[in-house]
Parts: sequence; C-alpha cells; structure tokens
Amino acid sequence: MTVTQAVFYILAAFTLGAAFLVVLATNIVHSAIALVFTFFGVAALYILLDAEFLAAVQVLLYVGGITILLLFAIMLTSRISARGVKILNEQAGISALVVFAIFALMAYANLRGIVPAGSPPPASYATASLGRLLLTTYVLPFEAVSILLLAAMVGAIILARRDREKD
Amino acid sequence: MENAVERFYNAFAAWGVPPVVPQLIVMLVVVSVVILFISVSVMFMIWWERKISAHIQVRYGPMRVGGWHGWAQSIADGIKLLIKEDIIPAGADKVVFALAPMVVFAAALAAYVIIPFGPHLIVRDLNIGVLFYISISSLTVVGIIMAGWSSNNKYSVLGALRSAAQAVSYEIPLVVSVIGVIMTVGSLSMIQIVEAQQRIWFVIPQFLGFLIYLMAAIAECNRLPFDIPEAESELVAGFHVEYSGMRFAIFFLAEYANMFTVSAIATTLFLGGWHGPLLPPWLWFLVKTYFLIFVMMWLRWTLARLRVDQLMYLGWKVLLPLAFLNMGVTGLVLVLRG
Repeated sequence: MTVTQAVFYILAAFTLGAAFLVVLATNIVHSAIALVFTFFGVAALYILLDAEFLAAVQVLLYVGGITILLLFAIMLTSRISARGVKILNEQAGISALVVFAIFALMAYANLRGIVPAGSPPPASYATASLGRLLLTTYVLPFEAVSILLLAAMVGAIILARRDREKD
Repeated sequence: MENAVERFYNAFAAWGVPPVVPQLIVMLVVVSVVILFISVSVMFMIWWERKISAHIQVRYGPMRVGGWHGWAQSIADGIKLLIKEDIIPAGADKVVFALAPMVVFAAALAAYVIIPFGPHLIVRDLNIGVLFYISISSLTVVGIIMAGWSSNNKYSVLGALRSAAQAVSYEIPLVVSVIGVIMTVGSLSMIQIVEAQQRIWFVIPQFLGFLIYLMAAIAECNRLPFDIPEAESELVAGFHVEYSGMRFAIFFLAEYANMFTVSAIATTLFLGGWHGPLLPPWLWFLVKTYFLIFVMMWLRWTLARLRVDQLMYLGWKVLLPLAFLNMGVTGLVLVLRG
C-alpha cells in the first residue's frame, strides 16, 4: 500500500465517520458540527486528487457559508437546539432503503467499470483555466445556476418581508 | 532553506528510509517553528497593546515585571493562565466545549501556511494562496459558534450569533476587495503577488481595495470598532464568557494570531510584501506587518463601538458596493490597457 492510498483510507474513514455522526447524533447541533468535519474530509480528498481550487471553494462555501447559516438558523429556533428533542422522523426505514439502493447501484457501476476507474486528470487544474472554461464552454450552465440562485434569493427576501408585515 | 531540506531528504534516501519519514520530520519541525513564532509574536503584541492603550489613556501600563517597562508581563500572564484550574461549567456540552478552542486555534495556525515572510521563507507557496486563507479563516466562526452554544449561557449564544452574522457579512467585501489585486497579477500565489509589486505597491492603484480590506479584516478579527460579538459592556465577554485558564488563553492566542495573519496578508497584497531598500526582506515584511497591527490597535483605543444595525449598514450598503466598484474599475482599466 502506497502512502497516498493510506492517506486516502484515513481521510475516507474520517469523512464517513463524521457523516455517520451527522445522521446518528441525537442533538441537532452535534449533527451540524459533524457536518463541518465531513465537508473538511471531502475537501481533503479533493486536495489528494490535486483539485486545490475545488477544495478551497468547498471549504469556503460549505464550511464558511452553508454550515454557519445552518447553525445560525438552529440557534435562532430555540426548541430544536434543546436537548432530548427527537430529530429523526418516521421515514428512517424508507430512507435506509433508498440509501442502500443507491450504494448498490454505485458499487455495481464501479465493479462493472461503467465509470472509468482511473480517468486521466485534465491537462491543468489551474484556477485560470477553470475560470476560462466557466466563461466559454460552460457559460450556459453557469448562467442558469446564477439565475436559479437569484430566484432563490428573491424568494427568500419576499418570504422574510411578508413575515415582518404581519407583526 | 530549500537546499538544506533537499540535502536532508537525500540523506534519508541514502539510508533506504521511505521518503515519508523525512517528510514527516520536516513537517513537525516547520509546525513547531510556526507555533513558536506565533507564541512569541502574540506575547509581544499583548504587551505592546497594553502599552499603546495605556499611553493613549495617559497611563504607563505594565511597568514592574521584568524590569524594563514591564516587558515580561505577558510571560508571567501566560504562566499564570497555564497553572489555573481547568473549569468546565456543569451545564456545558463537554465535548463541543473542549473542541471549540482547538478549532479556532487550528484555523488561526493553518493560515500561516501561506504567509510569505521572505523570498524563500514561506511554508508552502500554494497556487490557490489567497483563496486558501479566505476559506480557512471561515473555520474560525464555526469554532466561535461551537464555543458560544456549548457554554449554555445566554450571553455567549448572543455573542456567537452576532459573530456569525458579522463574519458572513464582512467576508464578502473582504473577498471582493482582494479580487482587484488578483486580477492585476493574474495569480493567486502569494509569492507571485509580491513579485508583481517590485516597481509599485498595490496600495497606490488599489487604494480603495486596501481600505475595504483593512476594515473588513478588522471586522473579521472581532476588534473594535467592530467588536459587537464580545462587547464587554453588553455581553460580558461574548462567546468566551464561560472559558477560563488555558482554554481562554487559546482563544486569546488565536485572536492575536489572526490579527497578525490579516496584517501579513494586507502587507503581501497591498504593501509590497518583503520589498524595500537596505534592510533584509524578512525584516521589511515584519516592519510593515507590525505597522498595520499598530494601526489596528490605535483604531481600537480611539474609536467607539458600532451598533448592530450600523455594522450591517456599513457592511452591506457601503463596503460591498464600493468593493464591486473597485473590481469593475480595475477590470475596465485592465481591458483598456490590453
């Protein structure tokens, strides 16, 4: 086993362990904090794949943005951050089934070699080339995502405003 | 520096030891050096801040410990904090409470990877340089929220919430203000950014960006006039009310280490990094960085705290539009110049 492989297994175990903690923790704040470590593990895996820019963006957006907003929302809702509140709903069985189905599908695809195992890395993962691709080849999906986010933002503002008028 | 490391690796290779072993040794040595630098620099900064605040308020500040102007005061304080009892409040969430200072300090420590103290004095010249700092610094807020929530204290939760709101608001102008420099250089690497400032420091063409960066950086450090997360007069101490002894010291250490980091990044991006006449490069870098730290201390002891609504107004309606303006004008100039 090479060092890279050993590091990969350590990181994978770390990420999966944190992910299990997200699902199984009895306290929702613990879940959110474990989510931070999961995102970090994924970012570390990106670095292992030489995708440094992706790793930095992963940490910046998921840890710096999404998890903080998540924690913010949890703390503003006084009841759910209290201890001993049930955080799993009744659909645990169904979701377990779905998760196992997806896992089986992915394992099958990997074993049959539908996904090329060691696809050659692109010529350069440099930030500049990534930016150039986003503004040339992939400009349409890029703009579509921007419009989606804008719509979500406008929607959030409208929802927040309506609440204020009721007071 | 690099030659010595190369020779060290070769010596191990000659003995037939796998390259992991010397790499791990080099990593450990580098981390120890960085931690040592942080400790010494933070102890100096705390003593210095006490002196500056004292002189602004027409007092002497610490004068007794160590003889000359109380220079050993921080060392004595550090030893005192180390031997204090380790208290975890009964109502606290023990694991998260213990983890929070570590997360905050880990974020502060990781940022030192990309600080270029001199032409070869950098832990690693990552090609995502600036972006690495911006992303890793967001971890600090997670640690602050963990500390605030796990203390199970109303004041600390309020402090943590304010800190989260402030960090999210000021991170955006911070990132956008840096983009002007990145566009001019065409690289995120710290070394290349410094080398691009051989003839002119970016503080001159990017003056607006520099001001926005400085303000947003002070806010990121939770310092006056942006210190509402730990406003003593309203929240006792904010997110670290329940912390004492060594755990409190780690928060304190991380706060001052962050102050050094934001000043060092400002020096790199806007003040020409290690460039300067006569003196050796590393000394120039430290002089510029400590000058910015002095400016931050000076502001802290002369300005009043902003209200929460003023803070949000400044962040979203003043700094962010100005940062976008700076980015747009920089882009326009670059395109027109070709």
